[in-house]
Amino acid sequence: MAESPAATRERLRVVGRRLPRHDARDKVLARTLYAADWQMPGMLEGAVLRSPYPAARITRIDTSRAAACPGVAAVLTARDVPHNILWTDVPGQTSVVGPLRARVQVLADDQVRYQGEAVALVAAETREIADRALELIDVAYEAQPGVFTTEDALRPDAPRVHEEGNVLATWRVRCGDADTALARAHAVVEQTYRCGLIDHAYLEPEAGVAWIDADGVVVVRASTQVIEHFRDVADVLGLPHNKVRVIGPYVGGGFGGKEDVTVEVFLGLLAYRTGRPVRMVWSRQESLLARPKRHPFTLRYRTGAARDGTLLAHRIELTADAGAYAYLSALVLLYATVTAAGPYRVPHVAVDARAVYTNNPPTSAMRGFGAMQMVLGYESQIDQIARRLGLDPVEVRRRSALRRGDRLPVGQALDTHVAVAEAAERAWAALGPPRAPSSPRHRVGRGLACNLQPYGRLVWLRDWASAWVGLEADGSVVVRCGVPDVGGGQASSLCQIAAEALGVEPDRVTVHIADSALTPLAGTTTATRQLYMSGNAVLVAATQLHDEVRRVAARLLETPVEQVALADGAATAGPERRVLLADVVKECARLGVPRSHLGVYHAPAGDPVDLERGGGRVFPDYTFGAHAVEVEVDVDTGAASVRRHVACHDVGRAINPQSVEGQVQGGAVMGLGYGLMEEIIVDRGVNLTTSFASYLIPSALDVPDVEPIIIESGDGKGPFAARGIGEPPIGPPAAAIANAVEDAVGVRITDLPITPEKIARALGLLSGG
Amino acid sequence: MTELRIAFTLNGEPCEAQTAAHRTLLEVLRARGAVDVKEGCGEGVCGTCTVLLDGEPVSSCLVLAARAQGRDLMTVRGLGDAGAPHPLQSAFVAHGAAQCGFCTPGMLLTAYALLRDRPRASRAEIRRAIAGNLCRCTGYTKIIDAIAACAEGAARG
Ligand code: FES
Ligand code: FES
Repeated sequence: MAESPAATRERLRVVGRRLPRHDARDKVLARTLYAADWQMPGMLEGAVLRSPYPAARITRIDTSRAAACPGVAAVLTARDVPHNILWTDVPGQTSVVGPLRARVQVLADDQVRYQGEAVALVAAETREIADRALELIDVAYEAQPGVFTTEDALRPDAPRVHEEGNVLATWRVRCGDADTALARAHAVVEQTYRCGLIDHAYLEPEAGVAWIDADGVVVVRASTQVIEHFRDVADVLGLPHNKVRVIGPYVGGGFGGKEDVTVEVFLGLLAYRTGRPVRMVWSRQESLLARPKRHPFTLRYRTGAARDGTLLAHRIELTADAGAYAYLSALVLLYATVTAAGPYRVPHVAVDARAVYTNNPPTSAMRGFGAMQMVLGYESQIDQIARRLGLDPVEVRRRSALRRGDRLPVGQALDTHVAVAEAAERAWAALGPPRAPSSPRHRVGRGLACNLQPYGRLVWLRDWASAWVGLEADGSVVVRCGVPDVGGGQASSLCQIAAEALGVEPDRVTVHIADSALTPLAGTTTATRQLYMSGNAVLVAATQLHDEVRRVAARLLETPVEQVALADGAATAGPERRVLLADVVKECARLGVPRSHLGVYHAPAGDPVDLERGGGRVFPDYTFGAHAVEVEVDVDTGAASVRRHVACHDVGRAINPQSVEGQVQGGAVMGLGYGLMEEIIVDRGVNLTTSFASYLIPSALDVPDVEPIIIESGDGKGPFAARGIGEPPIGPPAAAIANAVEDAVGVRITDLPITPEKIARALGLLSGG
Repeated sequence: MTELRIAFTLNGEPCEAQTAAHRTLLEVLRARGAVDVKEGCGEGVCGTCTVLLDGEPVSSCLVLAARAQGRDLMTVRGLGDAGAPHPLQSAFVAHGAAQCGFCTPGMLLTAYALLRDRPRASRAEIRRAIAGNLCRCTGYTKIIDAIAACAEGAARG
């Protein structure tokens, strides 16, 4: 019944082409106005006063001197905030899911729980005056004991970060009988892994401008992945939701860090109070200090395998440091729990996961969202089993690799193609014959790591997206869709999809994105969901429009509708009969036939399932892949460098292969940074890495060219059978490096990042510690 | 606070600016609307604020505005425009070298200075040259592809 992938590729004209992106043209000419580039007459500059303490009571705040400072337009504290609660559970979500409620205080009331928590806001004529006013705000703090490790937080007598106790969320999975299976297994590997706290470190710090429009609507134009934070701004201000509008300009990188509210609510408060436009731009230091980061996890794995390497059982304990506020921790932990056994068939799995409050920086969404942290666990375990049993790394994975129809430990059956084994084979084979070390003190090793990553939101959230597609009188096409573009080609892929469906060239399509008042809402640019969700919504709208236009064209061409095709901006019926799209549109207008459609796409929905008893769908679908790396280790210094990196993922169908490669290469390099060098260092709640000089991300000299291999299985739930690829490539690199380091020098590094010091210590090159 | 008047050329146009002595070139440029110069860190690490000062790439967040007195400044808008984009700008589009695009202006100026001085730069030389321009989106490969395609002796196509 279904057309073969090759036949589909043949039929497609625009989808599948390596097209240059329209937004890239604007970006190289520096025409793109990012959030901080926006200027308005009479604009004030906003700034935030932040707590220097990780745990303290505020006993007094005196703003009188700051407010009296010439050029200061407003000084706000918690008392000035109409509703000082910001719900942070699921950004942009409209249906309530019980266990996922979470909140923060907009401005600290009487208690601060992490260093950098916002205490007061200022708006002033210049940034300099605003900074001076911050210094003049007099806050008396009474430092309190805090908790700074998950171990300490779990002690019965530990200070409580929040009244309800320090355990913020737990999830459990029970599938089969892990303990019995482990007792009977031929080989058992037990290991504890630790992955650290890291920052998104997009190049564009958080920024925005807010103003009150002529009609009284509060408008916030901010760098965000979620324009639907307009509801949060309205709730905090005590305004109806339809009196706040969020506009999302092209974003200078998000990676999950602009999923939670950043500047939006502060800007709304300051603009509403002063009645003037206000801009707020966070410095890099502020961004590194104050914004939620990636959850550090402790992962304890006991894994059992049969004599031939087939995986039999996992017993897994996960502890995540949620920092001082919940944000999306319960969901991040859920992603970890669901994917902790990896892309393998494991009949007996027990997972106990918990997220714990501490007085460390809060943690929340970041590319990979809990699922990526698990790769270090399951891929290090399977590699050690292979070593123990003398098996080839590809072979051991092939034995247990998931296939279509298999069930995950939570009970979800996989109903699309599963390319784990193929990806592992192809990535490994692409490394080719081993290369010689570059000097006698270097050793070369290779490592493989596979992964699975959900695309699309948890089905309990009943996710949907909408988009409007219309034809202008000259036959050009307009797409309106509330999708924020964070640099991954979100907007341009919609052009390609509309162009494909309507038979025009992509440059005949203009797309308007990310305006909560003017573009149909499409949800968040997170969870690897936009191509999947908005892409499907555009396809629904464009297909309806196509069908309508084709019927009218058939009348004009006096031919049966089945013989009419839309191509090259015209409707044709065979070589002879042709009418321009513009003329068809005019005829539609004459006949009163609609020339636009609103398309809505609903993802598979479901009720919350009991993970422990299993049995249901948790996510719409998953993307599978494998990375293979070749690493060279200097046995004098312990320094490891990655010389080759092959990254293979099944994307179902590549709408724009160039954008897909870009996601894979960029994600893989971010994964290399996580594996090798990145680390936010927090000492008793105090962040010591609040500059780019101390928080290091990969430069061009730290990484090799990543070689992408794109599998197009022709099976996926996005438009034209695409699967999401935004998050998946960040998963495998760290584990692949750990596996390669063991292959090179025989030591197993279990803590990220894999620094020269850790390798040197494991090799016995350093004494002490 | 000492106020200074400085005069310089910006993308070929003579300019004057009034500034406090402690202001950086980045602040002064952005304040006068040259928002094609971006601020990624403000501490001289990321390279997003790169401009050419008498042809040499500098991090404008580390340069005091007063140092621009009498000198020639170029930002990415001086490289080309929609009617006549510079080959590097076209190559960045063709090779998918700009994702979020925030690093792109600085990256283009560094690449321009490199190829002016070393028209036949190899991939390894390109890697070294852009090591001071961080990019969080691309993983660098497509940026290097784009620059390499503009080097002399590059295979066209
Ligand atoms: S902003 Fe100047 S180097 Fe980062
Ligand atoms: S393209 Fe986003 S930082 Fe380089």
